[in-house]
Amino acid sequence: MWAVRPQPTADRPTPAQAIETVFRLQAPRVIAGVTRIVRDVGIAEELAQDALVAALEQWPRDGVPDNPGAWLTAIARRRAVDLVRRREVYARKLAEIGRDLETTAPPAEPAEPDGIDDDLLRLVFTACHPVLTPQARTALTLRLLGGLTTAEIARAFLVPEATVAQRIVRAKRTLAAKNVAFEVPYGPDRAARLGSVLDVVYLIFNEGYAATAGDDWLRPGLCEDALRLARVLSGLMPGEPEVHGLSALLEFQASRTPARTAPDGTPVLLRDQDRRRWNRMLIARGVHALERAGATAAGPPGPYALQAAIAACHARAYTYEETDWRAIAALYGLLAARAPSPVVELNRAVAVSMAEGPQRGLELVDALAAEPALRGYHLLPSVRGDLLARLGRVPEAREEFLRAAGLTRNERERALLLRRADQPSG
Amino acid sequence: MPRYLSLVRIDESTAPAGGPSPELMQRMGELIEEMTKAGVLLDTSGLTPAAQAVRVAWDGERTSVTDGPFAESKEVVGGYAFMQCKDRAEALEWTRRFLSIHGPEWTIACELREIVEY
Repeated sequence: MWAVRPQPTADRPTPAQAIETVFRLQAPRVIAGVTRIVRDVGIAEELAQDALVAALEQWPRDGVPDNPGAWLTAIARRRAVDLVRRREVYARKLAEIGRDLETTAPPAEPAEPDGIDDDLLRLVFTACHPVLTPQARTALTLRLLGGLTTAEIARAFLVPEATVAQRIVRAKRTLAAKNVAFEVPYGPDRAARLGSVLDVVYLIFNEGYAATAGDDWLRPGLCEDALRLARVLSGLMPGEPEVHGLSALLEFQASRTPARTAPDGTPVLLRDQDRRRWNRMLIARGVHALERAGATAAGPPGPYALQAAIAACHARAYTYEETDWRAIAALYGLLAARAPSPVVELNRAVAVSMAEGPQRGLELVDALAAEPALRGYHLLPSVRGDLLARLGRVPEAREEFLRAAGLTRNERERALLLRRADQPSG
Repeated sequence: MPRYLSLVRIDESTAPAGGPSPELMQRMGELIEEMTKAGVLLDTSGLTPAAQAVRVAWDGERTSVTDGPFAESKEVVGGYAFMQCKDRAEALEWTRRFLSIHGPEWTIACELREIVEY
């Protein structure tokens, strides 16, 4: 099915739209450069907006500068330095009347391009800071680094716009109140902080990949936003193997998007997907990123590189029958040792059932039955139903599929599970 | 996020004989790095001259093969870039940036084609 998206009616962007596009592309860097001066993400965002207003006034008259990003950054920085100076003058005046305030001197400008990259990286670590709730990290990352509007974020996460706006405002306040340093962490703290950044991006991707609510089974918009963020991170941290691991994982996952849904929107399971529709360019990019993860790693592969290696096994198989389940089961074994979780164990059970037979898989799944973390997780009965069906235990399989259908919050997935309950061996 | 193929068309008869100057290659390298770091550029390359091209045609019954150069074509595709952008305006902006780093010695145009996602 070839469906071409309807083209926007306006063929050519208006001058104002063109300027806003330039701004959106440059905004993360502008905000990052200004945050280093004013030490407050909220104020930095306002100053960046001021630079946009200046561009909207001047560019239609004088033309778009050759390096619009530098122009916007220079304007925003100038205003930032003015602001800091005003604060200092104010502080001096206050000090003169017997009070004192802590101030930070504005750093020297201008920053060389490498400096801008460093600022951007500081912004990444700030937006994903552990003092923020996971929801706030996600919203702030999409807003400051992904260039999404509050309305776009709200639509993607199926929550009211006011809720997202509130989250972002609160997140900025928290960063200011907790005096979160605008810095890239080094030393013992770094691995955990980097993990937090990667988890935020992966969370955004997963929200799009398997929407947890509603009947929209795939919200590719968020997947693409996350993929772009992962690509940006690879450019900012070329020496971090797990960053390349995450990039590789997302490239592989995204390569399957065209095959994951039937024309009517119903989900297509991995084994039923038409692999000719997997995007080869994305697979090639995934392979390349996975190689970089290996080349930069000093020790054993991390959780994202391992998950990417599993995804690579699927990508390498031109047909489902060719899948190297032994390799996948072994990789899940490594992953379970490195980052143990009931969900990983469940996936390992599936891989083992394919490599060694359904009975062996069922033993592993049944060992998870009492796992509190999986209570209410529809994939547990869904996997169990599948294994029972393969063992010919049809009535039990039906029961499990019905249980899974009752647990999922996704309408399309529910329909699929009910169909399996009708024909467990199908 | 739509993907685009930018077909870079050049007039080989007027293009600088030595190909891109070192200065242009430098600017190009910087822009490619910027686009890669922005997560936009998926793949890009220049192509060897059309004189070295070969055309394979199907007339409904059989295939025929013709070696370049091809007399009738003034403008040829000299390179390409695959991009993934938020929207057409963003793709146009990157394309504008790519074109504007070329000096006055170049007559060059990009044809921006959106890739069909199905």
